[in-house]
Amino acid sequence: MTADKAPHPDPLARSTRPAVSGPAVELRNLTKVFNGFTAVDDASFEVMPGEILGLLGPNGAGKTTIIHMLVGLTTPTSGSIRMFGLDLAGHRESILDQVNFSSSYVSMPYSLTVAECLKVFARLYNVRRPGPRIDELLATFGMSEVRNKQVRHLSTGQQTRLNLAKAFINDPRILLLDEPTASLDPDIADRTRSLLVQVAEQKGTSILYTSHNMREMEKISARVVFMHKGKVIATGRPAEVVRKFAGHDLEDAFLKVIREERT
Amino acid sequence: MKLHRVAAVFLRQTYLYKRSLPRLMEILYWPLLDLVLWGFISVYLARYQEGLPNFVAFFLGALILWDILHRSQLGISVSFLEDIWARNFLNLFVSPLKPSEYIMALMCVSAFKIVLAGAVMALLAWVFYSFNIFLIGISLVPFVLSLVALGWAIGVFTTALILRFGQQAEILAWGVAMLFQPMSAVFYPVSVLPPFLRTLARGVPSSYVFEGMREVITNGGFPVQKLLWAAGLNALYLVAAFFFFYRVFRTVKKKGLLARVGE
Repeated sequence: MTADKAPHPDPLARSTRPAVSGPAVELRNLTKVFNGFTAVDDASFEVMPGEILGLLGPNGAGKTTIIHMLVGLTTPTSGSIRMFGLDLAGHRESILDQVNFSSSYVSMPYSLTVAECLKVFARLYNVRRPGPRIDELLATFGMSEVRNKQVRHLSTGQQTRLNLAKAFINDPRILLLDEPTASLDPDIADRTRSLLVQVAEQKGTSILYTSHNMREMEKISARVVFMHKGKVIATGRPAEVVRKFAGHDLEDAFLKVIREERT
Repeated sequence: MKLHRVAAVFLRQTYLYKRSLPRLMEILYWPLLDLVLWGFISVYLARYQEGLPNFVAFFLGALILWDILHRSQLGISVSFLEDIWARNFLNLFVSPLKPSEYIMALMCVSAFKIVLAGAVMALLAWVFYSFNIFLIGISLVPFVLSLVALGWAIGVFTTALILRFGQQAEILAWGVAMLFQPMSAVFYPVSVLPPFLRTLARGVPSSYVFEGMREVITNGGFPVQKLLWAAGLNALYLVAAFFFFYRVFRTVKKKGLLARVGE
């Protein structure tokens, strides 16, 4: 984004899709227990098509565990996950073909170049005409100039952008993002947020993301799910959640909940 | 030089051994294996003081074939470790990639490495020692296939162990195959082994290959019975390794360890 200032014409357009009726993601009574510790406790919520849903909560609230269950990395102890109306456990392959994930804490192979990494993932997701798609994504994320650079030589911010580019490679209908802007400078973080809003609005992509940046949450989320100690303690539009906890803003509400608990 | 600083670094290193069985292997496992292997080679050489038949062919042939087994195993387990070291494992398994597809890809990598390494070894043995591995004749093909199959079974088994016990178990990638070496009778006949190891050797497919190789070099022919034994045992080993891998994969998903591989 820094390298390629010129706006790209509909950068993430790849396909047209049929409209989805009902929630894109639906969690019902989802519980995960690790060796007697309940990481997620009876969580239920849904993400609608084209909706950006922020998953909010302190460290250890269960946000990442939920995302890991949504991408099939962790098996739930009980409850159900449905995407596009299909049960994840029974339709893993066809569902994950239309989902993607990005986390600041996951890397790409260090010895591969940026373009090679994207080629590998284009193959994994069976992207038709991967070359033009990779060019589009590199332009969108301002990575064209480093396309032949090995991942090990990228800055942290560039690695995060590469992860985001990978997350868009299959033009996902559901995007799961674990702290996507954590290591980005304010300018690139802002551009990334704009891109997420654009993708949700124009393409109907459902986005579930976690962040500790409350302003970011307030700015781009249609709704937030507030989690604490594995439980969903509030769901609604950011303003509704702020009102529920009598805060000035989302950060204030967050601090109130956490500090009241500790005192 | 300050002793407290030396002590601090010493302490940091010894803490690692306190909780890590794989690290204890460095102290106990490797010296034991070396002693056993070289001990039996010495017994074999002492028995044939008057003149060992086809000494060079036995040893170089055995070395090249053993290397094929070892490379085929490393081709699976080290390629898997590459994804862990790069913290890329998560990115792969949030895609529709199935465990069976992943293992199949690692097998292809392994086969590619074996072809290259085998060609280099055979060429060098011919250039440096005028030893032609192809004097083994048509039996070479089933010998190689049999060793590759065993290498894959050990590789899949080792990969499952690393998946379960994390990166601290990565030393197993280099260690597990060597456990089979004394009982494979690579550099000496099975008859050199004490009775209990001889019994164990009957259950190791590679022992039939190396016995067969010595038979072919000495008398020629095609050791059908030994190859059938090796093939049958390899089939059992492969089925057991895949079964173990799938069980472990399911367990790590339940325990949430798949999401933490590489941490």
